[in-house]
Amino acid sequence: MDNNCKNEGRRDFLKKSTAIAVLTAATPILLKAAENDETIAAYFEKVPLELEINGQVHKLSVEPRVTLLDLLREQLGLTGTKKGCDHGQCGCCTVHVDGKRINSCLSLAVTNHGKKITTIEGLAKGEELHPMQQAFMKHDGFQCGYCTPGQIMSAIGCIREGHADTAENVREYMSGNICRCGAYPNIVDAIMEVKKGGKPV
Amino acid sequence: MINFEYTRVSSAKAAVSTKAKHAASQFIAGGTNLVDLMKKGVTAPQRLIDINALPLKDISNDAKGLTIGALVPNSVAAENNLVTEKYPLLAMALNAGASAQLRNMATTGGNIMQRTRCPYFYDITMPCNKRQPQSGCGAMEGYNRMHAIFGASEKCIAVHPSDMCVALAALNATVHVSGAKGEKKISFVDFHRLPGDTPQLDNNLQTGELITAVHIPSNRFNKSYYLKVRDRLSYAFALVSVAVALEVSDGVIKSASIAMGGVAHKPWRLTVVS
Repeated sequence: MDNNCKNEGRRDFLKKSTAIAVLTAATPILLKAAENDETIAAYFEKVPLELEINGQVHKLSVEPRVTLLDLLREQLGLTGTKKGCDHGQCGCCTVHVDGKRINSCLSLAVTNHGKKITTIEGLAKGEELHPMQQAFMKHDGFQCGYCTPGQIMSAIGCIREGHADTAENVREYMSGNICRCGAYPNIVDAIMEVKKGGKPV
Repeated sequence: MINFEYTRVSSAKAAVSTKAKHAASQFIAGGTNLVDLMKKGVTAPQRLIDINALPLKDISNDAKGLTIGALVPNSVAAENNLVTEKYPLLAMALNAGASAQLRNMATTGGNIMQRTRCPYFYDITMPCNKRQPQSGCGAMEGYNRMHAIFGASEKCIAVHPSDMCVALAALNATVHVSGAKGEKKISFVDFHRLPGDTPQLDNNLQTGELITAVHIPSNRFNKSYYLKVRDRLSYAFALVSVAVALEVSDGVIKSASIAMGGVAHKPWRLTVVS
């Protein structure tokens, strides 16, 4: 990876500013246990939320209206997961919840309580990239790169689900990820190679 | 998104009693449609009741047929061996809907409850009798090539967008419902309704009722197919779709059940053809 990425300053700023926002914002945890084992949050109250994200347990406090995507990006600074359409149509925001690919923009964070989340940041083992990341680089499976984190997360799901046996199947089961640069043929090649390589994903 | 109150429940009883206490509340499971509608300002429930912890995630089979829990994700139902072997029409219809990510989130009950995809319903600057009763209909004189062919009214020409529901209608399914007055079963063809003068009502579910399961009776159909015609090959709503289930013996069709999707406010059974 190029360490002199031009976006580094912008990303650092976003990460630092969200960290400051978390520190300065009042975070009242007003949780009432009511009858019928209900967990209740009133307007603007924050709900305690426990998530395991990329192997690390996070004890968080969020408003019920916060999506999993916004929680990852704004509260945790995990900006690898991208916000494209924000309406479940483009697949940029794809992450894994308990191993299954979902659109994080249409999932309220609070409905994922106790779940294991994997984002693009959780794929590499140290300096060693995940086989799917390596294959995307080898086959040039992107141009601008904005859809790439979602494509890679979705591609791993596609293989895990057993839908990567043919190029036709890959195209069908990757249809939830839009690439406006049109890198589709290279994306299919990358996925087919990882599938044929047989490495666990 | 407008803020809301949030309640997490762990039993159908608690879900129903919480709904009874809070009139302007809605159940949430996968959220694929509801969260989108809330972001667009089409729907603004005062409270969401999170039913994801309810024990409604089983698929079971007996001599009478197959029962699918309301919280079974669409992808799980589509890949289930009992479904693919005995009711392949349902698996085909499920796989024709949405994307792989959305099918991992969307539930059986939620798929049934999804709202129309009429663009005038989604655009809050436009009149829509379904979103806001008596405000008019933008689609009637507007962009309406994907709207109702059958059963429309002067108030609404929206269609039900589900693929799964078309197969369930063809397979004579039953919706199991839990409410304040107890349990009941609604025949699938009677679940959704035509718009008439009250297009704001998508179905015949009473206030406070919760879908707990869908039951498909065992049948003699040995040939079936779900055909979906759309603007692109995948991940698009139907211009028109058809679910066909046939009992064929010695090259002769003994019985047939056919339903169409994307053509009406509900899955449209072709009873005369059948």
